[in-house]
Amino acid sequence: MAQARKARPISPHLQIWRWGPAMLVSILHRVTGNGLAFAGLGLLLWWIGALANGPESYQSFLDYTWTGAGDGLQPVTAILGKVVLIGLTWAFFQHAASGIRHLILDIGAGYELEANSRWSVITIAFSAIATILLWAFLLLR
Amino acid sequence: MGNGTSIGRVRGLGSSHQGTHHWLTSRLTAVGNLVLITFLIVSLLLLPDYAYATVRGWVARPLPSIALILIMINTFTHARMGVQVMLEDYIHSEGGKIAAWLLVNIVPFVAAAFGVFSVLRIALGGA
Repeated sequence: MAQARKARPISPHLQIWRWGPAMLVSILHRVTGNGLAFAGLGLLLWWIGALANGPESYQSFLDYTWTGAGDGLQPVTAILGKVVLIGLTWAFFQHAASGIRHLILDIGAGYELEANSRWSVITIAFSAIATILLWAFLLLR
Repeated sequence: MGNGTSIGRVRGLGSSHQGTHHWLTSRLTAVGNLVLITFLIVSLLLLPDYAYATVRGWVARPLPSIALILIMINTFTHARMGVQVMLEDYIHSEGGKIAAWLLVNIVPFVAAAFGVFSVLRIALGGA
């Protein structure tokens, strides 16, 4: 049984296909979705748990994820925290835009090669622009 | 799944008849997340600062509390389904499948319960 299974033809993996926008967006949808699921929801719980626990816990959350204040690992994790937070906002915008694209594909629209490519590129442009605007608003106001 | 008869070899290998519900719930929670997370992001952006009192005061208000409780349920449901699909694609060993099944059916529920409880502590806990 296992022998027979090994000999069967297998589907070509990523390196075989010619890259295109739809392929990239499909992969990004999975990567960003799982990033949001693990890192995003993990941080969400840390944030709400710290907020519920009191001022010291909340300050500790801020120190580890953003300010870097403290004499432990905070200076290092705060750099990581900024990268992760900015990455997560991008991941949300990309996953949301790509998700809306999926909802449209689900009703049977947008399968023409050119339209499909165009909307794939638009999701990537949208997530980049939305991320820049969000952090510009947050940091420059 | 015996090895004897032809029917024995294929029994239990068919559809679980839960695919449509899984697919539809993914879409429903996706739309829910679009509304809820947009609300969360815009609300956080509009806060004057991120001091403890400001953020906690915002969470404690009725609408944000309700939205955050819904977020804890909706995002974890959506994430659970997405992670399940990802694991189904990449995990093929029997032991791995059992580990994945435990992960997908335990962790999101514990996590969501912790999240809802934390929001309730803030909303109902006074100071």
